[in-house]
Amino acid sequence: MSKSDPNAPKRLALIASKGTLDWAYPPFILATAAGAMGWEVGIFFTFFGLNLLKPKLTTQVSPLGNPAMPMKMPFGPEGFQNINWPLPNIMMANIPGFEALATGLMKQTFHNKGVATIEEMRQMCLDTDVRMFGCQMTMDVFGFKREDFIKETEFCGAATFLEYAAEADVQLFI
Amino acid sequence: MADLIDVIKEDQVLDCSGMSCPLPVVKTSKAMKELQSGQVLKMVATDPGAPPDMEAWSRQTGNELLRSMTEDGKFIFYFKKK
Repeated sequence: MSKSDPNAPKRLALIASKGTLDWAYPPFILATAAGAMGWEVGIFFTFFGLNLLKPKLTTQVSPLGNPAMPMKMPFGPEGFQNINWPLPNIMMANIPGFEALATGLMKQTFHNKGVATIEEMRQMCLDTDVRMFGCQMTMDVFGFKREDFIKETEFCGAATFLEYAAEADVQLFI
Repeated sequence: MADLIDVIKEDQVLDCSGMSCPLPVVKTSKAMKELQSGQVLKMVATDPGAPPDMEAWSRQTGNELLRSMTEDGKFIFYFKKK
């Protein structure tokens, strides 16, 4: 229930600030789940998160800043697949092509476990009328154009989002 | 208890086997939109997170969870449309 209208549905306000594959999931998972429960949802995509509103998503896993991120192997017997491979950061950061490898492994593992792709999740959000706020300042700073983003994007600034979030029951920064 | 199950007649069946969070919730919500008030949806899932999640979904949407059970490692839910 919104603060000023007790009859309004519950509202979720999210800030999506990161653009890697692993960080793209949480906002879209929460948004689709909230939408399925009849909540109003708005996501403010800012900084690297704005990339999640590009028509074609090229998100990758970045092992940098994910210290001791365990890796799963999406093939072989179940016992092998369930091992968390503790790959040291120094190795992940220095081997060429590691990002592509890590991205491939994560996508395959998620697919095997029945997790939807980021593209599917975003479409589900749009189907449930999740509002996609794009950060105008980020677009200007990185030199993007309006046409670089999906047509559902509503470009605005901090004040617009804060006004939306002030009426929300749940506000999260991701 | 067994005859209680027998009296629940579903109008629609939704199979979410193999799907992970949040798909069971999203697909159930979609399927419920196709039903009339009072009709019953039977949903089958394998996601171990489904039992608590579907209960929360039921509380939030007001679609009553008539019954939930586990059969051959699958979770089965009966929801009555609000």
